[in-house]
Amino acid sequence: MLELIVISTLNGVLFGMLLFLMASGLTVIFSMLGVLNFAHASFYMLGAFFGFQISRWLGFWPALLIAPLLAGAIGAGVERYGLRRVHRNGHVAELLFTFGLAFVIEEVVQIIWGKSPVDFRVPALLDFPAFTIFSTNYPAYKMFMLLVSIAIFIGLLIVLKKTRIGLIVQAALTHPHMVGHLGHNVGRIFMLVFGVGTALAAVAGVIAGPALVTQSNMAGLLGPILFVVVVVGGLGSLPGAFVASLLIGLVQTFAVSMNGSLSGAFGPLSPAYASTWLADIWGVTVAQIAPIMPYVLLVLILILRPMGLLGTRDT
Amino acid sequence: MSEITVSAAPPLPAAAEKFKFYGLWLAAAIVLLLLPRIFGSGGSLTTFSLIGISIIFSLSYNILLGQTGMLSFGHAVYYGLGGFLVIHAINILSANKLPIPLPVVPLIGGLTGLAFAALLGWVSTQRSGTAFAMISLGVAELIASSALILRTFFGGEAGISANRTKLLKLFGWNFGPQIQIYYLVAAWTLIAVIAMYALTRTPLGRMCNAVRDNPERVQFVGYNPHVVRYLAFCFSGFFAGIAGALAAINFEIANSAYLGAVQSGTVLFATYIGGIGFFIGPIVGAIFVTFLSLGLSDLTQVWQLYFGLIFIAVVLFAPGGITGLLMMHRPLLKAGTLSRMLPSYAIALLPTLAMIAGGILSLETIVHYTVNPGDDSHIKAFGVSFDAASPYIWAMAAILLIGGYLVARKTWTWVGHAWDDATSVAREKGIAP
Amino acid sequence: MRKLMMAAAMALPMFGGAAMAQETLKIGYIDPLSGGGASVGEVGLKTFQFLAEEVNAKGGIQGKKVEIVPLDNKTNPQESLIQAQKAIDAGVRFLTQGNGSSVAGALSDFVTKYNERNPGKEVLYFNYAAVDPVLTNAKCSFWHFRWDANSDIKMEALTNYMKTVPAIKNVYLINQDYSFGESVRTTAKAMLAAKRPDIKIVGDELHPLLKITDFAPYIAKIKASGADTVVTGNWGQDFALLLKASADAGLKVNWYTYYAGGTGGPTAIKQANLNHQVFQVGEGIPNLDHPSSQEFEKAIRAKYDFSLFYPRAVNEMRMLAAAADKAKSIDPVKVAQALEGMEFEVFDGGKGVMRKDDHQFFQPIYISSLGERTEKEPFDEEKTGWGWKLVAKIDTPATELPTTCKMDRP
Repeated sequence: MLELIVISTLNGVLFGMLLFLMASGLTVIFSMLGVLNFAHASFYMLGAFFGFQISRWLGFWPALLIAPLLAGAIGAGVERYGLRRVHRNGHVAELLFTFGLAFVIEEVVQIIWGKSPVDFRVPALLDFPAFTIFSTNYPAYKMFMLLVSIAIFIGLLIVLKKTRIGLIVQAALTHPHMVGHLGHNVGRIFMLVFGVGTALAAVAGVIAGPALVTQSNMAGLLGPILFVVVVVGGLGSLPGAFVASLLIGLVQTFAVSMNGSLSGAFGPLSPAYASTWLADIWGVTVAQIAPIMPYVLLVLILILRPMGLLGTRDT
Repeated sequence: MSEITVSAAPPLPAAAEKFKFYGLWLAAAIVLLLLPRIFGSGGSLTTFSLIGISIIFSLSYNILLGQTGMLSFGHAVYYGLGGFLVIHAINILSANKLPIPLPVVPLIGGLTGLAFAALLGWVSTQRSGTAFAMISLGVAELIASSALILRTFFGGEAGISANRTKLLKLFGWNFGPQIQIYYLVAAWTLIAVIAMYALTRTPLGRMCNAVRDNPERVQFVGYNPHVVRYLAFCFSGFFAGIAGALAAINFEIANSAYLGAVQSGTVLFATYIGGIGFFIGPIVGAIFVTFLSLGLSDLTQVWQLYFGLIFIAVVLFAPGGITGLLMMHRPLLKAGTLSRMLPSYAIALLPTLAMIAGGILSLETIVHYTVNPGDDSHIKAFGVSFDAASPYIWAMAAILLIGGYLVARKTWTWVGHAWDDATSVAREKGIAP
Repeated sequence: MRKLMMAAAMALPMFGGAAMAQETLKIGYIDPLSGGGASVGEVGLKTFQFLAEEVNAKGGIQGKKVEIVPLDNKTNPQESLIQAQKAIDAGVRFLTQGNGSSVAGALSDFVTKYNERNPGKEVLYFNYAAVDPVLTNAKCSFWHFRWDANSDIKMEALTNYMKTVPAIKNVYLINQDYSFGESVRTTAKAMLAAKRPDIKIVGDELHPLLKITDFAPYIAKIKASGADTVVTGNWGQDFALLLKASADAGLKVNWYTYYAGGTGGPTAIKQANLNHQVFQVGEGIPNLDHPSSQEFEKAIRAKYDFSLFYPRAVNEMRMLAAAADKAKSIDPVKVAQALEGMEFEVFDGGKGVMRKDDHQFFQPIYISSLGERTEKEPFDEEKTGWGWKLVAKIDTPATELPTTCKMDRP
């Protein structure tokens, strides 16, 4: 039992930190531009594929640097030539623009790299078990993921609190219109923020690519969960996103490790109901519903505390 | 309702207007009746049926998005639940030989949609904007996932099926052949469209618009925006349920794909591309998107890419959708200055088409080299065959794309000038705002 | 048999005349060609196109050239029905599909109803890969023929092998949470309990279909259970990610699988360094000592960059040709009648039979493992250098299971 708890905690923290790595970019973009970027997970995917391609040519470490820069540049371009144009037509149009963009990016990735997973390997330098706990190995690469996530969290916090751009982003959290009226919304800052946000997603992609699969459906797999993280944590709140990522990572991992079901708790259902829909609910285990837990959390949070866990602005 | 809303409604139309109005509905009915005489094959009847279903679904979605200003990512939930209940209903009705004919069965779907909208709507419509969008996303994910867990009701991944011909026969129709289903769908589409149009003319419909534009003002005049949103949500769920029911009758199967994100996304696409600002917008969008999703995959391998590009192009260049684009010309038509636009349009059309053709040509060539490198280089896209390995084709693609772009950019500025002239004339005549 | 076919194929155009030879026999291939399932669908399409070329090189079926009409169903049952309708409009009388039991169920239902409502215009549905047992049991149809062994048959074969391996003591079941995973899990439990009562089922897991990005929590559970063997029906990324996570955690077990050979599977096995620890149950592997199938394998690898994943598709096409010859017609009803109970020398050698009772094809089933090769295994998979090695062959009679099908015949 202890074994399962320790390992589940570790796995949960790892998964949570990966989520945070992606959600951080999304939340920064939202706090500044007020756009829920549906294509954010697509930039995560772009990062993974760029990382794969560049690591083929130059090795993993240059890829970790170049791929996010490339993706960030594309992101900045999207803001400059796409989003800014659409901005006039309101938030729904902006959201739909990113929605269409996600579609296009997925197709383009499929055209270039195909539909099957590509062989993106963990760099040899990190390809060893870091430590063994209860006879389960922990790969060094996962520890590396953890470190990068924490480093980015701290780095972002410093940028937000100590720099001029950070201050503007901070102000945008509470008074988005005021910041605009003060003349700060020079397009360049918007472009920069969008570029940095997408580059962060791409960092997550390069790092997660070798650990998970690098495939053209990877964006669709994680996209909805990112929204859950950002909304639950509080739109635009970086510490909120951090807490929410950890929470969702842990909730999901622990739910998976539980086998309990209503029939386990209260005994089997009387045979009279055995073939009705009640039997389905009765027999479902906690592990089976683990992946829908985040959505339950999302709906509950939005009903009970619409600004999210650590959010300051009402959605 | 109160006097304020009554006086806010437009004045009663004149007799001629009225005649035109009812004539329009009558013409629609006649077209629906005659359509299968012209296109009678099984495939086109299926297509028409799907368009009808899509029209009802998109219009029901526009009650939320266009009329009340609520962006939903989970509208398929009500569509799907309507479909499931109808399949169950057909099975129960035919097993017990209950005297209920198929044509009234869609009502069961509508009531299901209404019931679930009433149940889930109260909490989700408390807020509009992002919060509503996110709740709808969460609810949709929850229900779609539960559909795979609650196997007895939803039939798991395989879904549940029914036989529509086993119900009480009406006028000797057993609803086996697609033509009978087409007439059923057409009749329901007409009824639902009229009903939804009528809804926009009621005081409630007007209040929905007010809630969309300025919820605070609505509160000042003594209405609760939450209640108005809730009512709109319920109506929307009702019509979505009818659409789902017709889909279930058409396919004789309901499965978790009905409830999923793809279905919710498609209705958003259709509604927005058609134009959310006009009642007719979603109808245009439904027709366009249904044709596109059925036909595009025959024409090209990478249809999803074109689909996404078309969507982005609409959001970028025609935020009012196809209908918005057409309706922009109405004041010009009334002022008689539309003819000034036509030459510049004609000039702009050529380079624009050249640019698009060049774009498609280069895309298909690239796709050939990355996706099917081993295949024969003589490929066919959009019904045109060409040799993707030929340098002439490459050169042509490049010239069309770049040359087309440069010329098109010039011509579109002319179009802009012509537009300004035409509207200023119209404005002088007091027609355009 | 094949000589006979060739003779028939060569003789027929003379009788048919020029006009008839112009027409083609269209086979509608309904599978995902865009979106997430497309990588699998495209392999199937190319396989069928390759087979059509093979048949056409021998003069076609009953003098008619075979044409594969690709129809993209986007892995969606409703879309499949639209595509089927479109295909029928275009003159297709034979449909084939394989990916997704939900699609297969919908198609079988559609074809049955269509034929009932449109007598004289019958359509046949050939299923080459959807393995839900219900299609040849409770929901069987005269118009549906299945060439893949259904999941119960595969489990019967797999457990017939597993009962001979004394090292198996603690078994963990992990499957995708949908009809196929559910049927793997229930039959595995029932069959193991009957054949090897001493085996303990130490875990029984269902996880959501294609939604898990990190299997580490599941691996932790398997590890904690003390299992020595895992049985899984997982395919696609759910299989690759499962192995990846197990390699990361250093889990040492043997894997008994249905679809380890699917796209990306061998790569994942090689990456996880599971040398001959992953077993697959199927109707054939490239490295069988059977010259004609090895020739075929060489030819398909020369043309495409994949190995033959669907020996059953070969059986399907060759049997269609044989049935048409037997019926001397390509009328779907006559072909269906000819196919019923037909015995056939299968692609990898041995006798197969299309059982009349339920239209399920029975054939020898092979258990194989992926790992380093010897001279006896000439072919590797996905350029990994590793190849499939024969572990056991289960003969046709040992795979036969009773059916509950009560078929309505026209």
